[in-house]
Amino acid sequence: MPELRYIVGQVIAFTLFAIGLGYFSNSPTYTHHDPEMALIKLSFSHASQHKEECRRLSPEEIAALAPNMRRPMDCPRERVPVLVEMTMDGNTLLRKSYAPTGLAHDGAASAYEKIPVTPGQHKLTVRLRDSNRDEGFDYEDGININLVPLQQFVIDFRNSSFQFY
Amino acid sequence: MKKLLRAGFEHIEDGFDVLFGPKWNPFYQLGALGWFYYWIVIISGIYLYIFFDTGITEAYQSLDYLTYEQWYAGGIMRSLHRYASDALVIMMMIHLLREFAMDRFRSSRWFAWFTGVPMLWFVFSAGITGYWMVWDTLAQYIAIATTEWLDTLPLFGEAIARNFLSDTTLSGRFFTLMVFLHIALPLFLLFIMWIHIQRHASPRVNPPLELAAGTFIMLLVLSIAKPALSNAPADLATVPAVVGLDWFYMSIYPLLDYVPGLTVWILLVTATALLLLVPWLPPGQRNPVAVVNLDNCNGCSRCATDCPFSAITMEPRSDGSAYEHEAVVDASHCTSCGICAGACPTATPFRRRSDLSPGIELPDQPIKELREKTITASARLIGNDRVIVYGCQNSLNPEEMAGTGAGVVTMPCIGMLPPSFIDFVLSKKLADGVFLTGCRAGDCYFRLGIKWTDARIAGERDPRLRQRVGRERIGNFWAGLTRRKDFFRELAAFRMRLKNLASSQPEKQPPPAASENDREITHA
Ligand code: HEM
Ligand code: SF4
Ligand code: SF4
Repeated sequence: MPELRYIVGQVIAFTLFAIGLGYFSNSPTYTHHDPEMALIKLSFSHASQHKEECRRLSPEEIAALAPNMRRPMDCPRERVPVLVEMTMDGNTLLRKSYAPTGLAHDGAASAYEKIPVTPGQHKLTVRLRDSNRDEGFDYEDGININLVPLQQFVIDFRNSSFQFY
Repeated sequence: MKKLLRAGFEHIEDGFDVLFGPKWNPFYQLGALGWFYYWIVIISGIYLYIFFDTGITEAYQSLDYLTYEQWYAGGIMRSLHRYASDALVIMMMIHLLREFAMDRFRSSRWFAWFTGVPMLWFVFSAGITGYWMVWDTLAQYIAIATTEWLDTLPLFGEAIARNFLSDTTLSGRFFTLMVFLHIALPLFLLFIMWIHIQRHASPRVNPPLELAAGTFIMLLVLSIAKPALSNAPADLATVPAVVGLDWFYMSIYPLLDYVPGLTVWILLVTATALLLLVPWLPPGQRNPVAVVNLDNCNGCSRCATDCPFSAITMEPRSDGSAYEHEAVVDASHCTSCGICAGACPTATPFRRRSDLSPGIELPDQPIKELREKTITASARLIGNDRVIVYGCQNSLNPEEMAGTGAGVVTMPCIGMLPPSFIDFVLSKKLADGVFLTGCRAGDCYFRLGIKWTDARIAGERDPRLRQRVGRERIGNFWAGLTRRKDFFRELAAFRMRLKNLASSQPEKQPPPAASENDREITHA
């Protein structure tokens, strides 16, 4: 027959344990984003243009290659970095260059940015350069949005155009 | 520092001994409780899975159905599933800390420690995938934070967090993956849990019924009082800014907002590697393992039955003797506890001194020496309350005990004491009583030493203490490190009893002394 005091002891200890379990299983809450702010996420995975254009090889050059490697064109695989600029109401939110992935820098460039912004009416402009040019951009788009607190606004770049969600 | 940690544990556990009694003390049953919680998680999980729909909106709806429409069964199952998982984490962390504090991971015991470490990863990953499947705002937070964190590793070409950019691009394939992981991870965990206890003879995988009942009722009451609920459905167009984390599983996530993800990975991997190496960190001294002396081994297999670490196997005889089997020690499993010597019928002090080499013993602490130490210790005892204290080297300090005027003989584990020694001391009148001490009851450092000793003296387990030995002259107190005061009180009380015995039966003859060649137990 179990001793009464052990039963009482169990009840006390288990009550405390249960309170701890129940409490910490979803409390205290954690605030990881200011509830007054909205969030802009800019993310894309985009393969930019190659750094150098393909070049026709001269007959001598072709002859110099191993027989199984002979080809008429030489296409260096390395890609240029993707440059992105984002402005909100004329102020720059982001200007950043994304290197192509891969050991040979021949993969897509990948971006994933989170920018908290104040809610309200905004004019957003995004520009993207994915070519060899030194100035200017290859793509540009803009949108007028009314952001509410906690809204997550996503800018993606797919199939050669900006997407807004 | 570890001494402090150990003393801390022992003090807390002393408190729990008062509340629960040593038999039910949860601290002595952490591993077993872990198994118990695991089974609750599995059974409730199977029930939930029957009703669970995989899909971006279906998952949430099916859980809502269980929580509200079927609150009496599905709702309770869901809560049990959550709370037992949380309890598993608590148990596991205390278990880890405790095994560390109690130094139960060195020499051959590295195995349980080493296999315990990957379990941490499996338990946490299983929990996180579980919360992910609900697809509420917490799941949304977890999904985004986890994938962003994974993206800091140079593993994936395209950021996998991109899968959770918006509801329009969200695909169901991640949920299929989560469901798969949430089933596969616990199954793998079970496999490692099984490996974890491979080197333990009769591992404690089931808590005592009363403790199991208590802990289950607790979970059940909690499940009814505070059912596990979903948060609002996930909505990728809204940031889940304030989340009620399950801190048992998600304590690491807030850190990710302050420390770069890659740094956190490096921290975790380094911590894991260090944990894995713990058994080999200094001081890594290793005591000599048990050695079989075939001339004295009759193949009775008692040592193999009593070894707490499954280090002894019975093999066909290799020395041409008439016995069928012999004991063989696997040095890589042996922890040098000496319990096998305490089990060996040939380890009896009644044998001629030159003969006293049992079938199995520890080479650095032979049974012959135990006998000599006993005789030496008894020589300077006086009065009619002379006591020999047999103690283990993992609890009270022998010098302190000797301060009481008792003769003190220690060994690695009290289970190394062959019961015939008690007979020897009393029948040869080396002392008026024998007092045993060691780790706290229910928590023997070498797992089974106290249990076997108690059973041998009670005559329930071979080698049994002879019937003729007056049990009133045997006392014990399982003291550990912390119960010094109680130990001295119990020892004093025991000696008082011996005094009373002496005055109440002064004329009574002592039991006849056994002859020199009297073997305690003849060959099986
Ligand atoms: C799901 C988690 C775990 C479960 C269910 C579990 C279960 C167990 C069980 C049943 C035992 C045997 C106890 C006995 O019979 O004496 C044990 C022993 C042990 N566990 Fe765990 N364990 C878990 C995690 C861990 C972790 C994370 C570590 C440390 C890294 C660890 C370290 C040990 C050690 C060192 C022993 C051996 C103690 C000895 O040699 O006496 N365990 N565990
Ligand atoms: S000393 Fe003996 S009982 Fe202890 S682990 Fe080694 S073989 Fe097993
Ligand atoms: S207990 Fe002793 S006699 Fe029996 S098998 Fe083991 S070593 Fe041999």
